[in-house]
Amino acid sequence: MDSNVISLHNLRYAITYGIATPETDDLKKMTDSVSRRPADPLIDMRGVGVFRSRRWLVRGVDLGIRPGEIVTLIGPNGSGKTTTAKTAVGILKPDAGHVARARDLVVGYVPQKLSVDRSLPLSVARMMTLTARVTARTIEAALDKVGIAHLAKAQVHDLSGGEFQRALLARAMLRRPGLLVLDEPVQGVDFSGEIALYELISELRDSEGCAVLLISHDLHVVMAKTDRVICLNGHVCCEGSPSSVAASPAYRQLFGNRAAEALAVYRHRHDHTHLPDGEISYSDHHDHHDHRLGDGPCDHAHGRPHQADEAGRAGGDDETSDRSMEHNHA
Amino acid sequence: MLDDFFTRALLAGLGIAVIAGPLGCFVVWRRMAYFGDTMAHSALLGIALALAFEWATLPAVFLIAALVSLALILLQRRGGLSTDSLLGILSHSTLAIGLVALAFMPWVRVDLLGYLFGDILAVTRADLAAIWGGTAVVGVALVLLWRPLLAGTVNAELASAEGQSPELARAAFMLLLAFVIAIAMKIVGILLITALLIIPAATARRFSASPETMALVAGLVGAMASTGGLYLSLGYDTPSGPSIVVAALILFLLALLPLPKLPRRRATEEQTP
Repeated sequence: MDSNVISLHNLRYAITYGIATPETDDLKKMTDSVSRRPADPLIDMRGVGVFRSRRWLVRGVDLGIRPGEIVTLIGPNGSGKTTTAKTAVGILKPDAGHVARARDLVVGYVPQKLSVDRSLPLSVARMMTLTARVTARTIEAALDKVGIAHLAKAQVHDLSGGEFQRALLARAMLRRPGLLVLDEPVQGVDFSGEIALYELISELRDSEGCAVLLISHDLHVVMAKTDRVICLNGHVCCEGSPSSVAASPAYRQLFGNRAAEALAVYRHRHDHTHLPDGEISYSDHHDHHDHRLGDGPCDHAHGRPHQADEAGRAGGDDETSDRSMEHNHA
Repeated sequence: MLDDFFTRALLAGLGIAVIAGPLGCFVVWRRMAYFGDTMAHSALLGIALALAFEWATLPAVFLIAALVSLALILLQRRGGLSTDSLLGILSHSTLAIGLVALAFMPWVRVDLLGYLFGDILAVTRADLAAIWGGTAVVGVALVLLWRPLLAGTVNAELASAEGQSPELARAAFMLLLAFVIAIAMKIVGILLITALLIIPAATARRFSASPETMALVAGLVGAMASTGGLYLSLGYDTPSGPSIVVAALILFLLALLPLPKLPRRRATEEQTP
């Protein structure tokens, strides 16, 4: 895990066991960063475990989702991605830990497998009103937004994989959700369609301002717009920005080096280079967002303690604020 | 008008058909045909229970059907056997226990064939009241349940995530089904009830582009089958319950015929408007 994260974990224990007092400088820094936080988390999972058929599907999962952020869950088959997402939105009840959801949280859900039985006649427009009462105009606008307005009267059975996923996405967005949950949204979609779909998802996030919880097993195309990647394998292995996760030993152990390289493709889009001494040089002026993507994790990747260089600290603080928000909610 | 046994039979058939159609659509969509069959078979055990304790038939049949659905849910949770096999076990064992239990009661004289294949021509005014009252209750419940039930039929997780409580809707649907089976028993009999649920719904599929249309058309097809079957029975002196099912089958087969504009053989596939 990232060094900042580790120090915060230690701090948490230190406070718990009375070794440190809240006056500690680190904690002050932590509370400072908390005051900058955008809003309360939509979902806050603490030590969540789900026990089914005599085994734990997931155990000890901590997961927070804040308004407007895109969180991607990755992990091998059977690692509990879907279980975690289902528990987060309340489809499953946790057998350990607890889940807090923001009051009046509206969830839009795109399930992993949705096959409408052919015996059920269902047009695209009718599917839009499965769980919500909306006007014809709203439906039209929603379909238009995902680019399938011309298919409103088509039967869902006649749609292609990509069209169907778009219809499901439009349906989930109709309720103006605070959180959009997408379980493997690019299944049955070809590669170019996949990229278009991911772009659409981040566009929707930007225009509607909803948070997105995305489940993916195809590591190659973890969304470029993902704010945080959480790597699961029955528990949270590692989490952070896409590049930090790709660089973490836990991730490499789980998926192998080749997978890490596949994920690392995203670094090519970053605007910085890693200097041999662990410092980071930016190709242009500081952009807050880019710090977050590239920074703290790199220290970690190079196996170094936290560097006190300016760039490193800026990024580190950001990481810190991310974590501290969750801890403060305990 | 109600003095005529045939008029009573027609009204009874219509009352059952208009509710069995829409309910049968859900049975078809949710692939619960075998479940409906199991509930119907368990009705004989309900009848045995009613005779043994001198209860009214309808509540006893309803109780047993509800218990059978509960047993199914519990066995499903235990895992190990497929729903298919569990239904096979429940379906035939309840029917068998019912028959055995009746044999233990030599003092009761029952018309077993009447229960197995229906005796619509013996419908009384009280039966008619029960049928139409039941149909009204189930109809209202179905309208109220429609959205969560349909959402849960498309995808239970989606419905649950978006606050529709599909499990509750499913349990309520099972009870409605048990209720309709209990009141329909007299019309077509235990062994043929499922046909009245499924055949009209399957026939309606071809003419429907939305779930709501399909439910209404299924009710209509059921009404036609029931009325046609009774006239068939009257005209050819055939047993009434089986005649209704034969009439439903004829409608189903007619619906399979290619439409004039579609000379090819793909009639089973629905036409997109």
